[in-house]
Amino acid sequence: MRRGYDGIVVAAPVTVPYERYSVHGAHHWLGRALHGLLQAAHLTSQDLDGLCVSSFTLGSDTAVGLTQHFGLSPRWLDHIPMGGACGIVALRRAARAVQAGDADIVACVAGDTNAPDSFRATVAGFSRFTIDAALPYGAGGPNAAFALLTDAYMRATGARREDFGRIAVSQRANASGFPHALLRAPLSLDQYLSARMVADPLALFDCVMPCAGAEGVLVMQEATAKNLGLAYVHLRSAIERHNAFPDDPIQLRGGWAMDRDDLYAMAATSPDQIGLLQTYDDYPVIVMLQLEGLGFCGQGEAPDFVRAHDLRTTGDFPHNSSGGQLSGGQAGAAGGYLGLTDAVRQLTGAALGPQIPGLQRALVSGFGMINYDRGLCSGAVILEAA
Amino acid sequence: MIRRPGNPTILPAAPLAPPAVRSRAARGLAVAAAQGRFALQVCAACGRTQYPPRDACVACLGAQLDWRDVPNGGVLTAATIVRISTDPYFRQHTPWRMGSVRLDCGVDAMAHVHGKCRPGARVRMALKLDKAGQGVMLALPEADANPMQSDPKLREFTCDPAGRRVLVTDGRTAFGQAAARALIAAGAEVFLGIAAAWNPFPGQNDLPGTPIALDLTDGISVQNAAAAIAARTDIIVNTAGYFRPGAGDARAAMDASYFAASRLAQMFLPALRARAGDGTHPACAWVNMIGINGLVPDPGAPLASAVNAATLALVRALRPEMRPLKLINAFVGQLDDQWHQALPPPKTSPTQFAQAVVAALRNGDEEIAVGDLARHTLAQWYDNHAITLHA
Repeated sequence: MRRGYDGIVVAAPVTVPYERYSVHGAHHWLGRALHGLLQAAHLTSQDLDGLCVSSFTLGSDTAVGLTQHFGLSPRWLDHIPMGGACGIVALRRAARAVQAGDADIVACVAGDTNAPDSFRATVAGFSRFTIDAALPYGAGGPNAAFALLTDAYMRATGARREDFGRIAVSQRANASGFPHALLRAPLSLDQYLSARMVADPLALFDCVMPCAGAEGVLVMQEATAKNLGLAYVHLRSAIERHNAFPDDPIQLRGGWAMDRDDLYAMAATSPDQIGLLQTYDDYPVIVMLQLEGLGFCGQGEAPDFVRAHDLRTTGDFPHNSSGGQLSGGQAGAAGGYLGLTDAVRQLTGAALGPQIPGLQRALVSGFGMINYDRGLCSGAVILEAA
Repeated sequence: MIRRPGNPTILPAAPLAPPAVRSRAARGLAVAAAQGRFALQVCAACGRTQYPPRDACVACLGAQLDWRDVPNGGVLTAATIVRISTDPYFRQHTPWRMGSVRLDCGVDAMAHVHGKCRPGARVRMALKLDKAGQGVMLALPEADANPMQSDPKLREFTCDPAGRRVLVTDGRTAFGQAAARALIAAGAEVFLGIAAAWNPFPGQNDLPGTPIALDLTDGISVQNAAAAIAARTDIIVNTAGYFRPGAGDARAAMDASYFAASRLAQMFLPALRARAGDGTHPACAWVNMIGINGLVPDPGAPLASAVNAATLALVRALRPEMRPLKLINAFVGQLDDQWHQALPPPKTSPTQFAQAVVAALRNGDEEIAVGDLARHTLAQWYDNHAITLHA
């Protein structure tokens, strides 16, 4: 049995409001996230002794360069290039650092800028396998890769476009109450179904809108949070897996299935005890893989699951309380933190939109890095109200 | 910028190429594609087939990954139609069908997908050169004798002469005349270059295509021909050159081969390239008949070896700049002509050459060898350059 995360808490969730396009660089967005964390905790930058950064648009800079840029002198520093899994992995590593005494207060931040050509540039140079073996086939970017997964998933499970639409539509309903979401106008299932095709069977509302933004949290001991007078949540368990099931011809499952027993056992809980599920939602099919992989339903049963449940914050199965990236926009690596920051807010009674009453436990899941034909990184954490 | 005749305000589609950047390992796909082989990396230590191309074996981390022919069957796992692309070339060509294939050799490959292939069905894979000159995967129907022609989108990978205008440069030889006949039979319209028409030559009373005055050893003549037809020419098949055994006048030989090719490149290629993205039958190829002795020197033909090496180097050096045009080398052994009467077979005949050129254009090949001798020499060269050159 793995050692638990006893005494480790997450506090001061910060979202720097997203913008479709930004005239500023990634450093600006990460700096504002750090500034927001320090303000929320009434700290100065000299109080931070740990820093963990994720970003795709820092150019030649890494977390190292950011210490000088931001005037920090941390004794623990990490840089996590894991896209949609970066929030989960950052939290997991920071928690261990704090637990071991290698750092007392770790700021975990992720952010990216977005200019009209940023997305194309990121896609064009994403990874060696992408350049060698994906981009030359239509240069559809992640839309094409996920179109293939969705196509295979539909034929394997009988999922229909309406099922994916339920996810997009319910998340848009959540976004209507969330001030930072870029897309807040109501979305109907008819609008979802009649949207123009992007890469069949994916249409416009299956795809996230690239934008600029940043997110961050602080990780520390419970005693530190109490001394600082901060609201906090407990980290109960965390899993991480890379390149799971490499022999599957196409990705119909992520790595969660390999580690979920660990996830629930460490937290001494089970799927039916989870009051809020925050999945990584770059495309609705990935939400379905998470519902299955994390044990909320069986393999291939997610279409039935979404038909049987109301996924809105006010529904019987609250999911992606901020509206997710499908409504909020995808601020690069910050998308890997979106579910995390809003779960901390919901668990501390500080929701920016409708508060889920009496919420005790949230599961936040991450998924990232289409290195070639599938997402390689998966992870999840269980957070508990103090 | 070439403008459309008749309305100079309408610009033709730009001559774009798909993404050309590859890792060094992945460039092996183009080597296999150029030979018409379906080869992937296979680990010398454990036998595992690799894809995408790697620097270490995915199963045992062995570093020696040899390009070997592997079974090309597979099943189309999933397919999509890319309707929005980030790449300018594909934006010209959307909607674009692609998919993922589980190959019988155990790897998964994204591929361009023929319109008749359906998910769940068996496909056969081919490696083809795309318009960037890179090797790419094509998923083709198992039972289709002519898959490159039966899906209009796949014409992008070929230079099918049907419906195209072709300049064959040297109508004075049996090779030029045979090429012109074969191209016309394949549906092309042919301009046939004739130098010094006052000087009688075999076959002059029964020439295929439209004759045009063209002497490749004369810059003014090439310029005049280019002014007349370059903006209407889609393919050039250059059969001029120097293919004789023994010694000779080196300056004259260079003029008839290297400089001839150089003049053609200078006067014609910019016009062809400017229309290489235009319409349903864009300008697409420059074929050069080149002695295989330009690749592997022949002690019996030292001068021809030297001048063909020069032409070959010129063509290969121009390739990246001339994309999306295909610069095709049609390697020939000793020709079946009056200069080789005293030599024993095998020899390359005019008909062989003509058929091979048509096939290469239909296939989209870039390096072909015509006849047993050229094929054997090219095979030796691919097998081991060093041993072949020191033989």
